[in-house]
Amino acid sequence: MPLLEVTGLRKSYGGHVAVDGVDFHIGEAETYGLLGPNGAGKTTAISMIVGILDRDAGEVVVDGQPLDVTSVKAKALIGYVPQELALYRDLTARENLRFFARLYGLGGGGLKARIEEILGIIGLTDRADEKVEQYSGGMARRLNIGIGLMNRPKLLILDEPTVGVDPQSRNSILESVQRLAGEGMAVLYTTHYMEEAERLCDRVGIIDQGRLRAEGTRRELVGLVGETDRVTMRAEGDLARAVEDLEKLPDVRRAESGDSQIELLVPDARTHLPRILETVAAAGAAVRTVEVREPDLETVFLHLTGKALRD
Amino acid sequence: MRASITILAKDLRQRARDSTLLVFGVVLPLGLAFMFNVMLGGGEQRRLDATYAVADGDRGVAARQFVEQALRPLEASGDATLRTAADAEEARRLVERKTVDAAFVIPEGFSAALERGAATRLQVIGGVDSAVAVQVAREIAQSYATERRAVQLAVAVATAGGGTVPDRELAERAAAAPVPVGVAQDEVSQRKQLDTTTYYAAGMAMFFLFFVTMMSVAGIFDERRQGTLARLLAAPVSRRAVLLGKSLGGVLVGVLSMAVLVVVSTLALGADWGHPLGVAALAVAAVLAATGITAAVATFARTAEQASNRLSVIAMTLGLFGGALFPVAQLEGLSSVSMLTPHRWFLEGLGDLAGGSLQVVVVPVAVLLGFAVAGGALALFRLGRMLNS
Repeated sequence: MPLLEVTGLRKSYGGHVAVDGVDFHIGEAETYGLLGPNGAGKTTAISMIVGILDRDAGEVVVDGQPLDVTSVKAKALIGYVPQELALYRDLTARENLRFFARLYGLGGGGLKARIEEILGIIGLTDRADEKVEQYSGGMARRLNIGIGLMNRPKLLILDEPTVGVDPQSRNSILESVQRLAGEGMAVLYTTHYMEEAERLCDRVGIIDQGRLRAEGTRRELVGLVGETDRVTMRAEGDLARAVEDLEKLPDVRRAESGDSQIELLVPDARTHLPRILETVAAAGAAVRTVEVREPDLETVFLHLTGKALRD
Repeated sequence: MRASITILAKDLRQRARDSTLLVFGVVLPLGLAFMFNVMLGGGEQRRLDATYAVADGDRGVAARQFVEQALRPLEASGDATLRTAADAEEARRLVERKTVDAAFVIPEGFSAALERGAATRLQVIGGVDSAVAVQVAREIAQSYATERRAVQLAVAVATAGGGTVPDRELAERAAAAPVPVGVAQDEVSQRKQLDTTTYYAAGMAMFFLFFVTMMSVAGIFDERRQGTLARLLAAPVSRRAVLLGKSLGGVLVGVLSMAVLVVVSTLALGADWGHPLGVAALAVAAVLAATGITAAVATFARTAEQASNRLSVIAMTLGLFGGALFPVAQLEGLSSVSMLTPHRWFLEGLGDLAGGSLQVVVVPVAVLLGFAVAGGALALFRLGRMLNS
């Protein structure tokens, strides 16, 4: 039986459908990634899964227990780390941990020990009694995650925990998640960073415009695009016309421009590269750099949605 | 309940570190109550403290009577000081120099004219800066004139009946006769009115109570702003428990603020709130009413700023019409409107408590609890929308 089962999840605001029939499941000790650009519906989906937001339709079951906004038992099985820092800045780290732990029913000597344990995990033991407002961004991020671990959850849900984080803290967060997953905790991790999804997740669901476009292991997803390479050119000039002309080339599958660069999918890029460069130059654009990548989740996303993850 | 108490404890810890609460809960209400106390003279009856000059150009019986019967009692009670002016000119000069507040000028032939039943004038010269003292002087003169007219009518009626008593003797006897109808002080109504110090201490306490309790349920918006609302809602805690925890914070802080105000205004300003049990019942009911109303209003807002603005307007309006700022119960039009505010019931309850037994607070407390229940029910009904908006 899956630890988390999400079926037909749907939410709309007025005429805008934010989440449109999302289905997926997560097994015990599995790390599942929801990969999609900003505005894809990841946070809305997560908000319904953790019972913050009422859903229009669908079902969420955690360890056999249905979960909605009124559920109490099922919520106790989840550790939730929101995208934004959800901390009381005028309280200390220890006070923040104690407050949220008590909401989850922890108390007595066990509570004290657990607080010390979590402070050790997130590396804040020495500064546990300082107010959060005195913390650096990275320290606050670690505390944000620590709170989600207080109740020893069966399922840890992290909603883009590395947004706005410096590379060092980001690496530390990713290592923590890997360690927790290694200890047998199931993890649902949303991100718009392809590398994070590739590094952490056993399986990935690709979400765009509220719909789950594909899901599977990295190998399964890359298999969807075959042997297609991704070519990224930094260029100047009439990029729109260049893209238009590139799309007319027989082997180019998708091409798009933006932010002084052109991206396209093409099989065996090295063979086709001279002709690609000629086409771009003929369209009046000057290519400064060229990068060719083997198929990855970014390529898959481009293949499935026609746009880059950063969009 | 455990979750609500956890939320309450956290809110109290945060409040204790925030000086805003101290300002709205204690400093402002006490400061304003103290200011009103100084401006309006506190709980004691204020003396008129006027100085009047009398220019008696008549020196007759009626003139003497006017001074002895109408003016001397004011001097004896300490309300006024009398001095003599040689004539009308000197009296005018004294007023212009502000040596006196007003002057009475009794013209020559005043007594003789009254004796004959002829017309005469008792002139009052008033200083422009002494409105109250001048008004009192005019009232005294007018009252004396009315009394003389009554005497004249009585004499006319008596002589028309064929009486044999000489006119002058009759007039003197009539004037010296005791006033037939006395004005008795209504003890009950006097005791039902709070003295100025207590009135404004209570009024300010109630007025600022709304600003203190608005930080409770409206605090949900602060939770949202700092991202912690998501965590509260994701925790294994019912939404009602969140609302209850937030409301309890408002209630506890409101009761604490009220208690401090009652104690400090009693000790420092000399306020007399009444029977402690009655005051406690009224205060708790008032805090619950304020919490219920602010909770209901907060659930109609979408942001902390919107909630704060709306609650401020509500607090000001209810305070104004409820008599927290001035006694609207004495104004006919506003009196009935004020019954729709918890402020009026709180102040009326305190007034009743001052004038009666402990049981008199039952009705005001019941009405205040009615406000609390209505507000709380509306807040509960709207809670889902508030949390999802």
